[in-house]
Amino acid sequence: MLEVIDLGCLRGERRLFGGVSFKLMPGGLIWVQGSNGSGKTTLLRTLCGLTQAMAGTVHWRGEPIQRLGEDYRRELTYIGHANGLKEDFSALENLRIAAQLAGQSISREAGVEALQGSGLAGREHLPVKFLSQGQRRRVALARLRLAHPRTLWLLDEPFNALDTRAVADMQHIMENHLAQGGMIALTTHQDVDIQAADTRTLRLDA
Amino acid sequence: MKLNWFKYAAPATFYPLAGKLIPWFALAAAGLTVAGLYLSFFVAPTDFQQGESYRIIFIHVPAAWMSMFIYIVMAGWAAAGLIFNTRLSSMMASALAPTGALFTFIALWTGALWGKPTWGAWWVWDARLTSELILLFLYMGFMALHAAIDDPRRADRASAVLALVGVVNVPIIYFSVKWWNTLHQGASVSMTMAPKMAATMLLGMLVMALACWMYSIAAALARVRCIILEREQQAEWIANLGEPA
Amino acid sequence: MMQTLRYVVFRDLLLAMRRRADVATTLFFFVIVASLFPLGVGPDPKLLRVMAPGILWVGALLASMLSLGRLFAEDYADGSLEQLVLAPEPLTLVVIGKVVAHWLVSGLPLVLISPVIALQFDLPREAMVTLLLALLLGTPLLSLIGAIGAALTVGVRGGGVLISLLVLPLYVPVLIFGAGAVDASAMGMEAGGHLSILGALLLLGMVLAPWATAAALRISLE
Repeated sequence: MLEVIDLGCLRGERRLFGGVSFKLMPGGLIWVQGSNGSGKTTLLRTLCGLTQAMAGTVHWRGEPIQRLGEDYRRELTYIGHANGLKEDFSALENLRIAAQLAGQSISREAGVEALQGSGLAGREHLPVKFLSQGQRRRVALARLRLAHPRTLWLLDEPFNALDTRAVADMQHIMENHLAQGGMIALTTHQDVDIQAADTRTLRLDA
Repeated sequence: MKLNWFKYAAPATFYPLAGKLIPWFALAAAGLTVAGLYLSFFVAPTDFQQGESYRIIFIHVPAAWMSMFIYIVMAGWAAAGLIFNTRLSSMMASALAPTGALFTFIALWTGALWGKPTWGAWWVWDARLTSELILLFLYMGFMALHAAIDDPRRADRASAVLALVGVVNVPIIYFSVKWWNTLHQGASVSMTMAPKMAATMLLGMLVMALACWMYSIAAALARVRCIILEREQQAEWIANLGEPA
Repeated sequence: MMQTLRYVVFRDLLLAMRRRADVATTLFFFVIVASLFPLGVGPDPKLLRVMAPGILWVGALLASMLSLGRLFAEDYADGSLEQLVLAPEPLTLVVIGKVVAHWLVSGLPLVLISPVIALQFDLPREAMVTLLLALLLGTPLLSLIGAIGAALTVGVRGGGVLISLLVLPLYVPVLIFGAGAVDASAMGMEAGGHLSILGALLLLGMVLAPWATAAALRISLE
């Protein structure tokens, strides 16, 4: 369970948001909304521990995430604005290396399968620099298709640059994840209807 | 008198306190400088080996002391800011850096002035001067890094790491330079005093060192007040200050 | 744990393999800098022999520093640095992996080519061996110290120039003892003392630098 208590963040010396509190239970989805610059990305980065909060705490299974450190990161998949792909690596190499570093080593076949599921069949061995923006996003998101996914997904604009088919596909994967007791916090500008046991919206500029 | 020190850890309460303290430190600096200069120029005897030119050490040595000492103090404040996340500590660190760099520069400059009549050259790769030069680079690096980062909190924390890395390195650099110098046997006359230094010489130097101390504190406090004003522009208490900024 | 270290090293080496030209650039920079000195000071063999240790070491310092820009900046730009920081292993481990890869790509080639350049300067054979050993101990230290500067300047405008201001003063002890070792052995003296100090500095750097680099990276990513 992810519990956020009275979280506040600054950008420079300016207050970005404050007093954010919520609980995310297994099977729960939280949808962070807000206009540009309202701190959605900062909130997600704070949730995964990249950015330090000015006030408040983030607890995972009852413990502050700073204290948990690696144990928290082992249960987490964060996909940020940037895809985190290396231009010179092929899609498959990118996926496999990202998975290895996240401690989710996968076989070649599993990697190919995940990429094919993302609609990248035939492009597994193409260097990422030859892929379109949408295809790159699919490579980054292919991590979510691996077996034994991490419990908590923090996704920053996951549907960016994706076509409607791919969005529907991703939606399906997220619903699956939630049905199996996973948790998702995401930001998106698209109107997507993800079925979850417990869906909440958090408006940051309210 | 018992003071609650934590009360003054907040910029809002520290600002007026610093304002009250600055004149006293400035006054002490001025008084001590006059006394120190009088002692060093009129009371201290002429050196039988180096003549009158040795008198530059009354500025050079205190400046060199201060340059090293301020770096350590600065790193201390930076570390405090990093560990306790107190804004004022980081502000103190960045307020001290220019003063430290100034003293380093003075030490180098007076070293060159002393070198001309003594060694016959403005610059000799003497161990002490070389270390001072590298120290100046370290100060420059600290200030350049702080200036290059836009987010003040990140700037504080990044330059704190740099200051700490520097402080670990300063002794290593100092000893390696010293060792390098003895190996290559450059300068024969050292800046260190003759074994039997007249008491008045020592006194003059100590008074001058004290004057540098007072000046450093006054300058750092004045600078930290500017930094507070700049950083806390939006804060309510600044609007309520009512004094012309 | 060791596995993650291996993955990081493997990843960076594979990246370097895909961009062999970058690796070669560092190496040629070193060769060119060393070759410029005789053109500047004249071809007198005696003078060149005296200057060789210093020239070679300054060249190595600059070459190693030039390649620091690649250490974290690209990973930061494409977002993979975030993923590295979020890996479920201590960040110091990831840093060590990256430093090892950096040394293998930009330090080790300098060590290997140095005897050829030493020949150009007519260094005696004992001095050449010492040079090899000193570079072998010193170049990893350059990568370790440089990583701190690279981490501090990640995403900072003008980071490339700034990094030289931050890192070069910290390189001074390496330069002094590295060049000192070669100097001593060129004059027919024992260089063991210098090499021991270099080794001690390397140990100190291995303990402290990854830790400082990790702290700097965390700050830079905020």
